[in-house]
Amino acid sequence: MGKLFGVVLAIIAILSAYPIVAHWYVQPVDISTHGHAIDEQLADTMAEAGLSFLGAQLLLAFFVWRFSQRKPGSRVWNIPGGATLMVAAAFILVGTEILALGVLGQKAWANVYFTPPKPDAMQIQSQAGQFAFYFRYPGVDGKFGPLHPDKIDEGNSNFFGLDPANDVESRDDIVSAELDVPVNREIQLLMHAKDVGHSFYVRELRIQQDFVPGLDLAVHFTPTQTGKYEIVCTQLCGLGHYNMKAYLNVLSQEDFDKWMKQKISEQ
Amino acid sequence: MEQTQPQSVHVHAPPEGFLWKYVFSLDHKVIGKQYYGLALIAVFTGMILSWLMRFHLVWPNAKIVGLDLISKSGAPGGVITPEYYLSLLTMHGTLMVFFVLTNAPFAGFGNYFLPIQIGAEDMAFPRFNMMSFWTTAAAFLVLVLAFFIPDGPPISGWTAYAPLSAVGSDAGPGLGWGQNLWAISIGLFCIGQLLGSLNFIATTLDLRTKGMTLMRMPICTWAWFITSCIGLLAFAVLLPACLLLILDRMAGTSFFIPSGLVISDRLQNHAGGSPLLWQHLFWFFGHPEVYIAILPAMGIVSHVLVTSMRKPLLSAKVIIYSMISIGFLSYMVWGHHMFVSGMNPFSSLLFSFPTLTITIPATILTLIWLGSLYGANIRITAASLFALGFVSMFVSGGVTGFFLAQPSIDIYLHATYFVVGHFHMVMGVAAIFGILSGTYFWFPKMTGRMMNETLGQLHFWFTFIGTYCIFMPFHYLGLVGNVRRYASFIDDFMPALMPVHRFVTIAALITGAAQFIFLYNLIHSRFFGKPATDNPWDGTSLEWSIPSPPPWNNFGGKHPVVYHDAHQYGVKGEKGDFIMQDSPETAAG
Repeated sequence: MGKLFGVVLAIIAILSAYPIVAHWYVQPVDISTHGHAIDEQLADTMAEAGLSFLGAQLLLAFFVWRFSQRKPGSRVWNIPGGATLMVAAAFILVGTEILALGVLGQKAWANVYFTPPKPDAMQIQSQAGQFAFYFRYPGVDGKFGPLHPDKIDEGNSNFFGLDPANDVESRDDIVSAELDVPVNREIQLLMHAKDVGHSFYVRELRIQQDFVPGLDLAVHFTPTQTGKYEIVCTQLCGLGHYNMKAYLNVLSQEDFDKWMKQKISEQ
Repeated sequence: MEQTQPQSVHVHAPPEGFLWKYVFSLDHKVIGKQYYGLALIAVFTGMILSWLMRFHLVWPNAKIVGLDLISKSGAPGGVITPEYYLSLLTMHGTLMVFFVLTNAPFAGFGNYFLPIQIGAEDMAFPRFNMMSFWTTAAAFLVLVLAFFIPDGPPISGWTAYAPLSAVGSDAGPGLGWGQNLWAISIGLFCIGQLLGSLNFIATTLDLRTKGMTLMRMPICTWAWFITSCIGLLAFAVLLPACLLLILDRMAGTSFFIPSGLVISDRLQNHAGGSPLLWQHLFWFFGHPEVYIAILPAMGIVSHVLVTSMRKPLLSAKVIIYSMISIGFLSYMVWGHHMFVSGMNPFSSLLFSFPTLTITIPATILTLIWLGSLYGANIRITAASLFALGFVSMFVSGGVTGFFLAQPSIDIYLHATYFVVGHFHMVMGVAAIFGILSGTYFWFPKMTGRMMNETLGQLHFWFTFIGTYCIFMPFHYLGLVGNVRRYASFIDDFMPALMPVHRFVTIAALITGAAQFIFLYNLIHSRFFGKPATDNPWDGTSLEWSIPSPPPWNNFGGKHPVVYHDAHQYGVKGEKGDFIMQDSPETAAG
């Protein structure tokens, strides 16, 4: 039975690694300027973790295959080097991994969070609520009007709680259920939660950020390819969580201008 | 730190009558079995819930016969609604993490064997011990009650993130009394665990028999001791967190709820709270909890492996120190659950390093187990197969931790099935393998009867291959970006992944069904198994020096004297290739 364990484990290890090596399951195309650093980091980690996985599983399989059910009373012996070797190996192997991935790899994180958005980044506000995203553009004046939670009235499409009657800045604000942005322009997304926690996840953008009630956060990114991409909620927010999504439309500058003009004329 | 036994405080008279012998027993062995029994009920309940979830994910419109009898609103006509899916998910997580992974390896086996392994007659505080079990049992009943109330079980996940969990039924079904019951249940559970942890610590420190120095204790005794230290600090934080949550829900306070929230078109009457506060408190408990589940399993597996290998582990000391460093580091890493939560991005870097560092002691442990197998003479039994399976699962679940420990990669993988695959393998399945290994190993001691070895090994093969078939594909799904906690997959890119989900569901149904082989074996062997000798596995620790099952006072009123550590294998002893801890002989070869 020990031999069988060795063989089965070796087969499991190889079958588990195969879909990864064959690239059957990879992340969708990256449409951001920062995403390649994350993808690289993921690929490097996959190589190191994959080797550790295969190495450890195959060793385990081999040792059990080789050293199980020998004759009763057979001589037993220790691996040369003993525990010292194991401790040294762990420090060297994992220490190198930590230095290589942990320290050097923080660049990918820094790209997203420590580099401030450029001053000319386009600001768009996103509001997440059970179970929809809404997006607000500041309009011609370039300023967002203040929010009044008590004025939220979904029946009358006042999703953000704007008060254009009293707030001048709100009058030209544009509200949309889809996130339309021009390609190759840096976007700063100002994130506001209406009710409970939600999250903004666009796989192709390599962006995931929670909406936290009471805490207005911001992320910034530059989409590099036109197209329609799914925005999904990844923070459990209630019964409709699975169905909470919107679309990111990355448009050419021309198409975006047209879209914007149309939105302004609709007001 | 040598102890001389005569502590009379904990000695109690033999119990009489059914009620005092089996229900409100002060005997640590009965309490250990009670914990184990509770975990057994919880694990099968949790498993059936996972079946329902897997079933719903791939056959969303299929009718499940009889389910509407349990919840008319949750499964009208037997078809699971999205909110009931979330209820199942919440209850599955809560039952498994608290009532299985904490109860069985730590409170169950720990209660039964820790006093015996250190040569004590009982726990230091037998009444606390009984109270801790019955508090836990009450917690279980309160939680399960949520299935039968009109509101239904909560839908906020086992992590109960505020404000969803805090604002009440405006936010959805199950968030009224369902969530109240959850918070009360977990609060009670914390009290039970705090009492239990204190008891374990006091027992280990004060009741060791003559000659039982700390370094002579078996590795699993150490694991329970370290776990109880972790538990004491972790549950001491979760308990007040639950109290604050209950206050937010019932007394109108705003610890976790900020101002200006509009839920179900109603402006909430709260102000000043912080949802991130809940996350910090919860994960300050939640991450050490992972180690509360896995450390006892590491201890049990080390204990089973050393007995099965017929030679000492390369270094018991290194294992113990590694477990201590894991316990210590487990308090510095909670923020890695919150990389994308809006916490200061600098904190993410700070949390990332200890998380990566914890891989070092974990790797040392793995290499010691692996290296010790070299040159061994491994006896293959159901117990040792599950112990070896544990090592394999621990590696598989461990390497994926390296991805999630890096905030940059977490941006992409957070909240995907990759995370689900990772924690199920490393915390769920690995710990379950530890529990099963311990069960096959100690069953003869606990009942005086052997389990059926053929059925045991059959159970192993189904479980080992099955769990890989279930959880390995989760990682692939996560790499593609498949989001977790979705009741249905209506995303544009999902149809291509549905075959993978179907495969997982079928694997889960088969693997789950195979667990009934175990249940049958457990119950049948309890009554009809072959009688067990005192020391069926040729072990060295003190539990093997007393009858199977042990008498109510463990050592028959005597105080054993210990001469060795528990790793005297591969030597020439009187009884074979081992020397018992309480045998005065010295190793001849």
